[in-house]
Amino acid sequence: MQRLLQLPGAMVRPGARGACKADQEAASPVLAPEGGPAPWYQALQPEELQRLQAPEENTSSEVSLEGPCPEAGQGQSQSQPLRHDDLKEMLDTNKDSLKLEAMKRIVAMIARGKNASDLFPAVVKNVACKNIEVKKLVYVYLVRYAEEQQDLALLSISTFQRGLKDPNQLIRASALRVLSSIRVPIIVPIMMLAIKEAASDMSPYVRKTAAHAIPKLYSLDSDQKDQLIEVIEKLLADKTTLVAGSVVMAFEEVCPERIDLIHKNYRKLCNLLIDVEEWGQVVIISMLTRYARTQFLSPTQNESLLEENPEKAFYGSEEDEAKGAGSEEAATSTLPARKPYVMDPDHRLLLRNTKPLLQSRSAAVVMAVAQLYFHLAPKAEVGVIAKALVRLLRSHSEVQYVVLQNVATMSIKRRGMFEPYLKSFYIRSTDPTQIKILKLEVLTNLANETNIPTVLREFQTYIRSMDKDFVAATIQAIGRCATNIGRVRDTCLNGLVQLLSNRDELVVAESVVVIKKLLQMQPAQHGEIIKHLAKLTDNIQVPMARASILWLIGEYCEHVPRIAPDVLRKMAKSFTAEEDIVKLQIINLAAKLYLTNSKQTKLLTQYVLSLAKYDQNYDIRDRARFTRQLIVPSEQGGALSRHAKKLFLAPKPAPVLESSFKDRDHFQLGSLSHLLNAKATGYQELPDWPEEAPDPSVRNVEVPEWTKCSNREKRKEKEKPFYSDSEGESGPTESADSDPESESKSDSKSSSESGSGESSSESDDEDQDEDEEKGRGSESEQSEEEGLKRKTKRKKVAEGLEGSSSDNGSDSNTSSSESEMTSESEEEQGEPASWRRKTPPSGKRAPAAKEISLLDLEDFTPPNVQPVSPPTVVSSSLAADLEGLTLTDSSLVPSLLSPVSSVGRQELLHRVAGEGLAVDYAFSRQPFSGDSHMVSVHIYFSNNADSPVKGLHVGTPKLPAGISIQEFPEIESLAPGESATAVMGINFGDSTQAANFQLCTQNRQFYVSIQPPVGELMAPVFMSENEFKKEQGKLTGMNEITEKLTLPDTCQSDHVVVQKVTATANLGRVPCGTSSEYRFAGRTLTSGSLVLLTLDARPAGAAQLTVNSEKMVIGTMLVKDVIQALTQ
Amino acid sequence: MIHSLFLINSSGDIFLEKHWKSVVSRSVCDYFFEAQERATEAENVPPVIPTPHHYLLSVYRHKIFFVAVIQTEVPPLFVIEFLHRVVDTFQDYFGVCSEPVIKDNVVVVYEVLEEMLDNGFPLATESNILKELIKPPTILRTVVNTITGSTNVGDQLPTGQLSVVPWRRTGVKYTNNEAYFDVIEEIDAIIDKSGSTVTAEIQGVIDACVKLTGMPDLTLSFMNPRLLDDVSFHPCVRFKRWESERILSFIPPDGNFRLLSYHVSAQNLVAIPVYVKHSISFRDSSSLGRFEITVGPKQTMGKAIEGVTVASQMPRGVLNMSLTPSQGTHTFDPVTKMLSWDVGKINPQKLPSLKGTMSLQAGASKPDENPTINLQFKIQQLAISGLKVNRLDMYGEKYKPFKGIKYMTKAGRFQVRT
Repeated sequence: MQRLLQLPGAMVRPGARGACKADQEAASPVLAPEGGPAPWYQALQPEELQRLQAPEENTSSEVSLEGPCPEAGQGQSQSQPLRHDDLKEMLDTNKDSLKLEAMKRIVAMIARGKNASDLFPAVVKNVACKNIEVKKLVYVYLVRYAEEQQDLALLSISTFQRGLKDPNQLIRASALRVLSSIRVPIIVPIMMLAIKEAASDMSPYVRKTAAHAIPKLYSLDSDQKDQLIEVIEKLLADKTTLVAGSVVMAFEEVCPERIDLIHKNYRKLCNLLIDVEEWGQVVIISMLTRYARTQFLSPTQNESLLEENPEKAFYGSEEDEAKGAGSEEAATSTLPARKPYVMDPDHRLLLRNTKPLLQSRSAAVVMAVAQLYFHLAPKAEVGVIAKALVRLLRSHSEVQYVVLQNVATMSIKRRGMFEPYLKSFYIRSTDPTQIKILKLEVLTNLANETNIPTVLREFQTYIRSMDKDFVAATIQAIGRCATNIGRVRDTCLNGLVQLLSNRDELVVAESVVVIKKLLQMQPAQHGEIIKHLAKLTDNIQVPMARASILWLIGEYCEHVPRIAPDVLRKMAKSFTAEEDIVKLQIINLAAKLYLTNSKQTKLLTQYVLSLAKYDQNYDIRDRARFTRQLIVPSEQGGALSRHAKKLFLAPKPAPVLESSFKDRDHFQLGSLSHLLNAKATGYQELPDWPEEAPDPSVRNVEVPEWTKCSNREKRKEKEKPFYSDSEGESGPTESADSDPESESKSDSKSSSESGSGESSSESDDEDQDEDEEKGRGSESEQSEEEGLKRKTKRKKVAEGLEGSSSDNGSDSNTSSSESEMTSESEEEQGEPASWRRKTPPSGKRAPAAKEISLLDLEDFTPPNVQPVSPPTVVSSSLAADLEGLTLTDSSLVPSLLSPVSSVGRQELLHRVAGEGLAVDYAFSRQPFSGDSHMVSVHIYFSNNADSPVKGLHVGTPKLPAGISIQEFPEIESLAPGESATAVMGINFGDSTQAANFQLCTQNRQFYVSIQPPVGELMAPVFMSENEFKKEQGKLTGMNEITEKLTLPDTCQSDHVVVQKVTATANLGRVPCGTSSEYRFAGRTLTSGSLVLLTLDARPAGAAQLTVNSEKMVIGTMLVKDVIQALTQ
Repeated sequence: MIHSLFLINSSGDIFLEKHWKSVVSRSVCDYFFEAQERATEAENVPPVIPTPHHYLLSVYRHKIFFVAVIQTEVPPLFVIEFLHRVVDTFQDYFGVCSEPVIKDNVVVVYEVLEEMLDNGFPLATESNILKELIKPPTILRTVVNTITGSTNVGDQLPTGQLSVVPWRRTGVKYTNNEAYFDVIEEIDAIIDKSGSTVTAEIQGVIDACVKLTGMPDLTLSFMNPRLLDDVSFHPCVRFKRWESERILSFIPPDGNFRLLSYHVSAQNLVAIPVYVKHSISFRDSSSLGRFEITVGPKQTMGKAIEGVTVASQMPRGVLNMSLTPSQGTHTFDPVTKMLSWDVGKINPQKLPSLKGTMSLQAGASKPDENPTINLQFKIQQLAISGLKVNRLDMYGEKYKPFKGIKYMTKAGRFQVRT
């Protein structure tokens, strides 16, 4: 039907389409170049040319290019040469400029939708052209026409195959791109091979292209699905943000049902999300929404149980949500003793990592996050999306349109969310009508007892709008407000009745229709209104309104016994002139009156029925016949006619006025299907929450070999029964140290230390598992067992280590106070992220405390959100204690403990300039006692003059913003030849700006400045290897700076390297399994951002230095300094 | 994802088509034309039109419809956002985005579109990357290209695409290093008949023009960041830093970009800088109506109000208007019934007014609604919310850049109901 309707439209625009068709027909004669041009073809040329080219370009190229054309001489006067021929000629020349010109013209033809397929052979020859622009245009052509000329397209394949091997990644990628874009089924195997190869390419850009190619191949040949899924699986494991978006897109197109492929990559995707480009973010978020729906429990299941009743009382509209949830709840609550809901940490991870994206500039991303929150977040948290959605209303009208559609759906379920933004939905006269109507919908949904007066006042202004469609919608909206909110029903009704005197007929008609619906709710009280309406029949011409009035009068004729027959009389007169819908209602009215008041209306009814009997419309004739049989008693006495009264005057339920967006939320919000309220092709149903959470351990990821534990004994204790096989640490470790013999003694010791650090993080994992599985009892037993096992192992390694298992909570409080202290400090050392956790003195309370902190521990380390707290900076004395108590290895600590010596004194004030007073300073690298954000600076004064220097103090400093100084106490007097030392603290605000201040003596002032090397702006942090890796994983992308360097021969030994690095920067060494890698960690003093430094020394002096830090400036400078230190 | 793109001008000609998958016949646009005919005005064409086999998603900008054809489920905003990005890119490339310009540069347009989507999925949409791939046409380059035969197409992999800061080109060099920031605030307001405010809010943006050598790392801090209620950032802004310190820290893209857009929290009362006095009356009996409006300054913090224009859509019954302005120029289009009055600067001593009569259709009853008045104005050197930039610092580079901050307040969607 719609197709048929198309035809007229097609006829209307013969210009464009005609030309197109003509060209297609032209294709065949043109293919054989000798064939004479069709007569109409010439006629088309000039006009076409004009459109294609800019005027000046056109004329010049025409002259210069067609001049030398051999055919030009033939018929320049009246018939132009066949243009495709000269294009071919141009393509055949050796000149790149001519080729380019030809290709440009051809592309312009394609852009116009003209057929250029006959040029295929000529164009395809140039696929190997050197000129890159020609090449690109040839690609454009090829992709467009290869499908139609498959055999010829094969000619180009070898070029691309060569391109796939090119050393330049751009060429590899573009070759793959074009190869996969030409839709020729024969080359499917070649494509498959190319994709597979590209998927393991070194360049992430090529891998991204491979991900893009997957859906192309799939659409060409869906039999390849299994192989493609393998590639997808491989690419999903890719860690670069560049690939993530594209591969998820491929996943969604090829195998959206294989949700199991996501498990292992779930956490990685969540963490990468913020760095993925916007388009990828949208795809990933909507996929993760679906994933979360299958893997986690509903966060609202408990709330709905609690809130069910009050909600019912308060909001009519939310009733059925509560009902839905209630029934679900009923089903689940029959299960014995349901455990209280605890949100899966992975679920939380998703919510937390998507939240910042609400601030994205891309409307699509904001919408994606909004729908994720709407579908996945607990009720209390959904509110955050409202603000962002309201912000989108400032955007382009198309964006507004889509957003409002979604807001309309959301506002039905979660009205409270948008209530504060009510005014943002007020309508401006300049809004397009479709936006106005959607805003009206939202306003209506948001209206409640309290805000209805403002809303109605606003509606009043809308009614006077010039846009009549909008006015009609407003009247409908008023009707809905009236039905929803009982309090204002009368007000609305009165308002609508006033509208009945409006001059605009449409407004009146719409009001009548709405009034009719409202009256049905409480007809008894509104006889007056019905009378008023009855009078309107003389004036209103809109059929729907007339019909509504007639229906009302008929229905409530007992309220207006005198008027009703009169109305019928008038209607009978005009019956023949009425519209069908009105006629039907006249019959209806007549029948009803006949039944209630047959005395007055018998004749009228019969008259009407007779008129109807000969009506043109069969429907009306049928209705008349039927009615007559029913109401007029005849001899036969139909069984039904006795019940006629019951049939006609049965009480009718009032219609429910409800939003058209009511049940739309079963579609995923933000989707096309939701917008259209119909399932679009390829729409993936949003699954319901599972009753029971699937096994959360499937998401545990094997962390690629970075835990190197050389101690075989230790490894054994971490055998399978406790940790699931994917538990990360155990797997890779096995392979990592295949030759433990080769490692030095000190190494094995350090790794035993790393093992202890590790064990604490492990115990977290344990706890997390515990949390997830909620198998408290059995679990703790196991962990106790585990703890014991570990304890025995530990004892072999070093004494005093057993304390570490006390944080398992299962351990009793037997350890001495000393070992307790050890466990505490060890924990700090193991995981700086856990500094906020209070380690309770007795093991008994530990589990409870941990349960709370666990959520934070796993991945919530806001290093710069909260100020660094003193415990992170392990004071040297504590470090010394640690050394004595737990660490048998001394190779790490010294570098931390003796930093002062490594940084020499620097001159602050020369003896000459200071008139005898010489001042030096040095960075002591000790935490400044007053303020942990300050760098502590030792100042050494020495008096070389012959008179004492008195009253040494710091004058009022004039400091740049962000820098503050803690002055040293005034030095009363410094005798000649004497020296003194003072300590002052400077907060450099994480910048290397110099702190300028005055050094005052009693009678002099010296301007001095201290500029810190970047390495002094931080303090070491102890962390385990695991911690380090985890933190490093969070600081990729922009925060990672990598530099290559060559280590001189002097820097080959461990000791030297470590010393050089720690001398340059105040960092703590992080244990590391491999001998060739050095890791250091620290936090900047002011903001407490992590600074992670990795030096990967390869044989022959080559090395790579990586610094991960949020403070990119610091990172860059640090790299510079460290390299300088190492290479000198 | 996106199958094809059609560019349609307002007279219904398809003047450009591009397919990323197999070709979709342009007859699919007939559904669009149908909808276009049904809609009275161009912006009323629904952005999403379902057809039996495809879905048409369109945006309307610069009098051109950009119609994307899609076949399967995709978030509509994804497509719409992309189409807007296409328009922005064209604007960026050619200065204006109009039918003749697109036709003139059809090859560049095609190349750009080719790079932006691969198989219908966005590939490179950052204008920095695109400009490295395909250089925007300039007169000079066109001349050079014709002479030397060099091309517009870069043969290097755009470094941005792989770098950790994809929005910034590498190796940027300037002789004058400068960074300008414009704080522009717009007042959205609805003023009712009696002059009281129905709703008013302030939306602001910070547009930046940064021309700095190398890889500068900038921080921008505000005196009163608390004013900012809801913000959205350019991807270059470090979100964590903002969360913790309320400081904008970023490595800027090269050239012009929008750093931030924000909403000023609703608690703050909005100072409305102008008022409009109006008396518009239609009389039932005669075919003449009286029309008078006066614009005056209200709370302007001592700054001058400039660039004032008044626009009003008059009711259909108005045939013509004879008006005299006390300053500025006015026009009335009897076809579209659009009255516009370009006032210029408001002089507080002598308030601008527009007075006169309207001639109404004879015999027709008086229109029952009064027109709404849309107001535009500008106030230089003032951010109406009181937002102030505290300081701008640069790290990572040695030179001293020239820094400039400009404030401006504008009328956004400022409407006076009469």
